Amino acid sequence: MSEIKKFLYVNRKAPYGTIYAWESLEVVLIGAAFDQDVTLAFVDDGVYQIVKGTDTAGIEMKNFSPTYTALGDYDIKKIYVEKESLEKRGLTVDDLLDLKWEDEDEDWAEKDSIHVVSSAELADIMDDADITLSF
Amino acid sequence: MPIEVNGVSIATDEEGYLEDLSAWNEDVAKVLADTEGLDMSNDHWEIVNFLREYYEEYQIAPAVRVLTKAVGKKLGKEKGTSKYLYELFPYGPAKQACKIAGLPKPTGCV
Repeated sequence: MSEIKKFLYVNRKAPYGTIYAWESLEVVLIGAAFDQDVTLAFVDDGVYQIVKGTDTAGIEMKNFSPTYTALGDYDIKKIYVEKESLEKRGLTVDDLLDLKWEDEDEDWAEKDSIHVVSSAELADIMDDADITLSF
Repeated sequence: MPIEVNGVSIATDEEGYLEDLSAWNEDVAKVLADTEGLDMSNDHWEIVNFLREYYEEYQIAPAVRVLTKAVGKKLGKEKGTSKYLYELFPYGPAKQACKIAGLPKPTGCV
């Protein structure tokens, strides 16, 4: 078996208008499918990627918002959102998708995947990662 | 390479996946299964329909590991094993079943 590395994917951009958010999500799913240790961070306009109630009908783009709710199925349990980025945009954790993962060891109890952290805490998380990919 | 279904030509990509997801119906699935050398049983349909529902909900075709877990939860533990799924779809449940279900190639499927 190859060594499991800690991958951190940092999402900084708004979900539509550029391809970054969707590309990031695809790479995340691939990494998770290959049993890597995956952590996601949402900062700056990236926090809009996981705002709930997204409707893309007006811009004729595929709405990939529902795909974030599959992250739990891929055993992705560590999703960090920067507190300062939320505050600057007038958002709170209640505006975000309700992302959960199921703990097999506790009879599939649903647990929150999203953790709101300060920018200082996020710096520690970045420090802890073996590989950081910024989108 | 297009496939012929009831006299209608339907576009597929170079690997045989449908180019237009909305062109799918059960007859299309049967023709796709034929090109894979598969005879569709009720068990095959169950997985194909499950994949379509998964795609509808999450907008992605799941990786094999995720599919196996999800099938086990939804359709029963005895079906949520790679043995069961590979017996139905010998060339890979995600890859073959997704193709028959008219979905894109699963993300992370190389």
